[in-house]
Amino acid sequence: MTIDDAYSDAYRALADVHGGDEAHWAFGTGFDDPLAGVDTTLPSTVDGAALAAYCLMLGDDALVLAQRLTEWCTRAPELEDEVALANIGLDLLGQARLLLSRAAQADPSVVPTGGAGVAEDGLAYFREQHEFRNVRLCEQDNGDFAHTVVRLLVFATWRLAALTRLAASVDPVVSAIAAKGVKELTYHRDWAARWVIRLGDSTPEARSRVEAGLAGVWPLVDELFRPSTVESGLAAAGAAVDPAGLRPEFDAVLAEVLGAAALPVPDVPPAALVGGRAGRDGVHTEALSYLLAEMQSVARAHPGATW
Amino acid sequence: MTLGPSVPGAGADFTAEGGHGAVPVTGVPVASDRPPSRRGWPLWEVFVRGKRGLNHVHVGSLRAADERMALQNARDVYTRRNEGVSIWVVRSDAITASSPAEKDPFFAPSGDKVYRHPTFYAIPDDVPHM
Repeated sequence: MTIDDAYSDAYRALADVHGGDEAHWAFGTGFDDPLAGVDTTLPSTVDGAALAAYCLMLGDDALVLAQRLTEWCTRAPELEDEVALANIGLDLLGQARLLLSRAAQADPSVVPTGGAGVAEDGLAYFREQHEFRNVRLCEQDNGDFAHTVVRLLVFATWRLAALTRLAASVDPVVSAIAAKGVKELTYHRDWAARWVIRLGDSTPEARSRVEAGLAGVWPLVDELFRPSTVESGLAAAGAAVDPAGLRPEFDAVLAEVLGAAALPVPDVPPAALVGGRAGRDGVHTEALSYLLAEMQSVARAHPGATW
Repeated sequence: MTLGPSVPGAGADFTAEGGHGAVPVTGVPVASDRPPSRRGWPLWEVFVRGKRGLNHVHVGSLRAADERMALQNARDVYTRRNEGVSIWVVRSDAITASSPAEKDPFFAPSGDKVYRHPTFYAIPDDVPHM
């Protein structure tokens, strides 16, 4: 077999890397650990408890939205869109795992007792609803496809703006996670934006659904830019990003996408806080309780089980 | 075939082919066999080039509304396992393919012409790098 034979077939090239074992071509090659070579010691200028709280905030956002997106499995309108939503959910789940692990490293006391095994599993499956620190946008029900893509556009634009700046964090692990996340979120934002444009600049039925989606999602947008004390303190230390500074970029991108879709930027009042507190303070909507009940039920029924 | 006026139900086109008696051939309602969402979405062929590959390889097909959507769908469906670094999508109706019925006239004549292969010829020892 000449060199040309091996490289004329993408799958045979993969099999070569597996030592000529054709049966393993589907396992892919060139996998790298995103945290390879990253120094995991906590920088001296950063407070461990604050960093853990911040990583839980970002990690819970990704974890809860990943759980929501995978609810589309077996239900999406087209096969390719279902795989796309599942891919996006898995990307976010990967970010969540790395962030929750970092939170446990920075402050081991955040991991709840009673969940045996890996710290990230303990954090995901054995915390109570009031201990989750995600924004309320992520836990919102999926609604129809238009609502889902609108929420994904808002979330991906906001998170991409945050992680782009977070790649310069003084904490090396958070910086590495952010650099990885930027590549993923660039695609998520592009995918969601194109769907919003396709649906918005389209038939009356599609347009009305996108407008309904925007009306449902927009009340929860202001919460994305409310800085908490944890975020402000860490941003001053150079480890985190102040969310208030992301609003101009967010507004610019959303204006561009909605302009291309011929949709107006919604003008709706923000959702009410509960005693001045919201998702970042552990105060969530009812939707999160159903989501967590489903997500955590198996792990809680068999704590410490292995697959 | 049009039946004459003396036959009942005459005046419309009928055919007796198929063995079902006289069945009308005009004005018969037909249900579309494709669901509404796919009606009008063209088929695209997807080609992926591997990291160490030199050319794009056909990996499958999918339906999409336009080129950009086809590209994104191909990325989502056909590159999940780190297969490649480049994707081409081509509308299936842009591809002209040889038909299986033409296989013999197209390809059989080259089967017995061994003199077209470079290995048929003996290279003298003093000719380098051939």
